[in-house]
Amino acid sequence: MRADNPASQAAFAKASEYLERKPLVGSRRCLAWITDHVCRIVEQPAPIWWWVATIVTGAIAALTPAMLTYLVATGVGVWGLNAPVAWAWDITNFVFWIGIGHAGTLISAILFLTRQKWRTSINRSAEAMTIFAVICAGIFPAFHVGRVWFAWWLFPIPNANAIWQNFRSPLLWDVFAVSTYFTVSLIFWYLGLIPDLASLRDRAKTRLRQMAYGILALGWRGSNRQWTHYEKAYLILAGISTPLVLSVHSVVSFDFATSIVPGWHTTIFPPYFVAGAIFGGFAMVLTLLIPFRELYGLHDLVTDKHIDNMCKITLLTGSLVGYAYAMEFFIAWYSGNPYELYAFINRATGPYWWAYWAMITCNVVAPQLFWFKYCRQNPWVVLAIVMFPNTGMWFERFVIIVTSIHRDFLPSSWGYFSPTWVDISLFIGTIGLFLFLFLLFVRFLPMITMFEVKNVTPEADPHHGNGHDAHGHASHPSPAKAHA
Amino acid sequence: MSTPASNLHGLGAEFPSASALMQAAEKVRDSGFRKWDVYSPFPIHGMDAAMGFRRSRVSLFSLLGGITGLTTAFTLIYYTSAINYPLIVQGKPYFALEPSMPVFFELTILLTAFGTIIGLLLLTLMPRLHHPVFNWERFKRVSDDGFFIVLEAADPRFEKGASRRFLEELGGSHVTEIYQDPEPEPHPARPEAKGHA
Repeated sequence: MRADNPASQAAFAKASEYLERKPLVGSRRCLAWITDHVCRIVEQPAPIWWWVATIVTGAIAALTPAMLTYLVATGVGVWGLNAPVAWAWDITNFVFWIGIGHAGTLISAILFLTRQKWRTSINRSAEAMTIFAVICAGIFPAFHVGRVWFAWWLFPIPNANAIWQNFRSPLLWDVFAVSTYFTVSLIFWYLGLIPDLASLRDRAKTRLRQMAYGILALGWRGSNRQWTHYEKAYLILAGISTPLVLSVHSVVSFDFATSIVPGWHTTIFPPYFVAGAIFGGFAMVLTLLIPFRELYGLHDLVTDKHIDNMCKITLLTGSLVGYAYAMEFFIAWYSGNPYELYAFINRATGPYWWAYWAMITCNVVAPQLFWFKYCRQNPWVVLAIVMFPNTGMWFERFVIIVTSIHRDFLPSSWGYFSPTWVDISLFIGTIGLFLFLFLLFVRFLPMITMFEVKNVTPEADPHHGNGHDAHGHASHPSPAKAHA
Repeated sequence: MSTPASNLHGLGAEFPSASALMQAAEKVRDSGFRKWDVYSPFPIHGMDAAMGFRRSRVSLFSLLGGITGLTTAFTLIYYTSAINYPLIVQGKPYFALEPSMPVFFELTILLTAFGTIIGLLLLTLMPRLHHPVFNWERFKRVSDDGFFIVLEAADPRFEKGASRRFLEELGGSHVTEIYQDPEPEPHPARPEAKGHA
């Protein structure tokens, strides 16, 4: 019946094309193409735009040490902090950057455990982003302590005063959470890099490259005796990174939630912070990947399907964050606590109303556009939309931190925070540092996990090509034997 | 210094695909070879069984790391907060489980990660920057799209001629003798070749 009728045949073909799962590597690229296309980014001379971007972001990044030097030389008074608002841009920036650092480990660990194979072409750059974001984050609390030369007191190192840390303080938990997160993310990232560094070593044309990548690759030779342990180690690291990534922002939220400040003292904070972190992190992954995919022509590796998936995660987590905002208000009313209620009414209608509504617009309203397929399919529209979460997640932290403390219990302790030029320049400096480090990463390390991408191609299937092997090895036993 | 025969690391053969490699590996396993290995650009699902491996023991190192981490965290907090420097803060007990949980958790994770990576390096004998297989020019493709099997001369079943035929029967191409030195010494009489060893 179907065969006779050309119209229904065409409809059937269209339907099966629609239902067929899109391949993770576009255009049926072969293994050598993947290696070549990814390694070329590192091997060929850097394009002009790379030099321009690196010099510009490097100059902006230089603001970071400049402002820190000025801060240390003069005193924390150069920041706009005041009596009720002792935490402002510094802690906002810290939480903002830590949040961005969540997408990397989420992609590499949670999506690995849930067997989301599309993660393979984005995990490397997302992990790199994580590490750079955590570096930017660490700067703020370290200098916020005031006397940065005593920052080592945060760590349990025996000292001449015979004083130990207060392990009951969430600020100390934070030290452990953030430093563990940084270390484990770095190990995880490096572990994933080893086989790809071996690819760069084997392709190296100069002695310097051969030595540098050779040492970094630790003598990897892709033997199955190595792979078997490697895969196990990767699985374990993914397994421990999954609770770790969920714990880091939970612990960061304890800084606020364990206090008695109205607006901070809420049990919803840990999951709400984690959802927000994933939301902001994915927005930043998209922000970085879309331009690089265009510039390096990586459309067959980072396909439209990848962008579509990330948009959906952004939509989901953005809606979760919206739910958390609504629930905070509900609880503020339902708790019957007048201080709590006031803190929230003040948030939305007080002197910082603009920050609150900027946050709602960016984080709750803007991602709803991702319900529309058109918005998820056009990379430039995606890039425009994710700028809202990028901004909105900064405002979220600003709103939570500053609006909650700028009006203390007594009206005599009410104040208003305005950033100084040092606050602003330092934040801009860390944005420059983040982009600068990312540009260096793209230039010197393979930005796509080649061996994992190869593993999701049809050729990687050990039963691929049986029966119709084009290479002239038709005498193989039946594929079923491989299971024996 | 050494004779060419003892210099022989083994025989390498290239295979066209992951599936061909796996079928060949099963036959090498069944033939009773012990000192041999399979090389591929990515981990091949099912290859461990095809080579007759048991499960990797990296997890044991992870467990040891995790236990060490938890013990360290407990000792650290208990010793510093309750023994060495007991200080009343906000009327809270010197030591309690609840506020210790985050640090317990973080140090357990941290040392599990260290244990895992140490276990991996020990079990894979890394870093080992040089290895005889790197002397084989074709082997460079292992990190690109090459699939190889190397039968090592140290295996008692290894016999140059028979092993070569075996690899060819399995469908291997470019069967090559791999030597331990950068310069294979086909003519031991050549004086300058000796100087390199």
